Amino acid sequence: MSTIIEHAPRLWEGLLVTLQLLVLGSVLTLVIAFTAGLARMSRQFLVRFPAAVFIEVFRGTSMIVQLFWFFFALPMLGIELPGFAVGVLVLALNEGAYAAEVVRGAIKSRPAGQTEACIALGIGPVTRMRRILIPQSIPAMLPAFGNVVVDLLKNTSLVSAVTVLDLTYQGQTIRAITGETTAVFTTLLIVYFVLSVLLSFLVKWSERHFAIDRVGKSNGARLLSLPGISRGGTT
Amino acid sequence: MTWDNEFALSILPDLLGGLWVTIQATMSGILIALALGLIVAVIRYLRIPVLSPVFGFYVQFVRGTPLLVQAFAAFYILPDYGIVLSPLITGIIVLGVNYSSYTAEVYRSGIEDVGTGQWEAATALSLPVRPTWTRIVLPQAVRSIVPMLGNYWIQMFKDSAILSLITMNELLNVGQTIGSSEFRYLEPLTIVGILFLAVSYPAAVLIRRLERRLALTS
Repeated sequence: MSTIIEHAPRLWEGLLVTLQLLVLGSVLTLVIAFTAGLARMSRQFLVRFPAAVFIEVFRGTSMIVQLFWFFFALPMLGIELPGFAVGVLVLALNEGAYAAEVVRGAIKSRPAGQTEACIALGIGPVTRMRRILIPQSIPAMLPAFGNVVVDLLKNTSLVSAVTVLDLTYQGQTIRAITGETTAVFTTLLIVYFVLSVLLSFLVKWSERHFAIDRVGKSNGARLLSLPGISRGGTT
Repeated sequence: MTWDNEFALSILPDLLGGLWVTIQATMSGILIALALGLIVAVIRYLRIPVLSPVFGFYVQFVRGTPLLVQAFAAFYILPDYGIVLSPLITGIIVLGVNYSSYTAEVYRSGIEDVGTGQWEAATALSLPVRPTWTRIVLPQAVRSIVPMLGNYWIQMFKDSAILSLITMNELLNVGQTIGSSEFRYLEPLTIVGILFLAVSYPAAVLIRRLERRLALTS
């Protein structure tokens, strides 16, 4: 155990890189998820089809294969990216493809009455999506997004294979220096486990925070202050 | 440097050999996951003091840590304790153990999906325990369990590529080896991706169809 304490700064550096990958990857995942998810629901074939291909390709191959392809094969086509950029990009493309289906599923499962009411009130497709359907769908997306984020955290370990100095990579370095395999990998497993438990707590909290039918401290007034629902009708 | 068809064709047999190893590893991993998952699910279901919570933690822990780190841990730690296994066997065990935690949850949720009314009806008709399980609960649970398991099997197939990092000689590892020895990564890694897709996409479509067919229509 003393070797771990001795090399703690190294692990700390790795942890920071892992957290950076997690945060940047999650933000980009969200952008890709909404772009691809909404594009897949488009009535235009030329918008819908590429989105569907993107989603199926990135869901159908493993992230490690995608990582290797972007790191080793893409430079042969003239596009060379540093390991960290490849890491964030591939994490986001891969998890974004999964999350795009979450976005699509949540929006499609809104009751038809919402769309019908919009049509009756003459609310156009764009406003309908932005003001009515998406805000209502967010609580339904959260549990699945939570899984995506925990998955993303676990997948950050793969970028160690493309020379990114994340937690796993630093762990491997310490193992190579000290040979303390048991101590090193036990520490790594515990750190990842604690991180994913913390993430799930965060997700649970946000689920409660954004729930449409939440009870307790909240009441009708707070429900109506939800973005998108507050406009009109309350005053 | 662009795509070279001749080179692509020349490496295809090796890559197909890698795909075969991937499929074998996945199948073996599935068998371990099915059996171990069942044991975990039953022990959790029986609510045995100490033992059941321990297995509950096991499920949480395995699901909360990366497969790669688990694979590294098994690959480097086991030999320290005198257990020397080939990368293939280590990889299969890690894959199976990892997915046993998911499989256990699938069994559990499949059984919980069967409505309480079914259990109450069985009690009301004073049906003994055994037929309640074999004739009422399990046949209904299977409907939701099978598609869920199928999705995890596809995921295992894809995740097995991670085991290339502990030098298991599967599809990605073969592609990577060709790439580094020929200094051409484009063809081998692109074909690796296509081969993964060629198996997982039809499988996913099949599972989706199965899911619809097995869904209870009320």
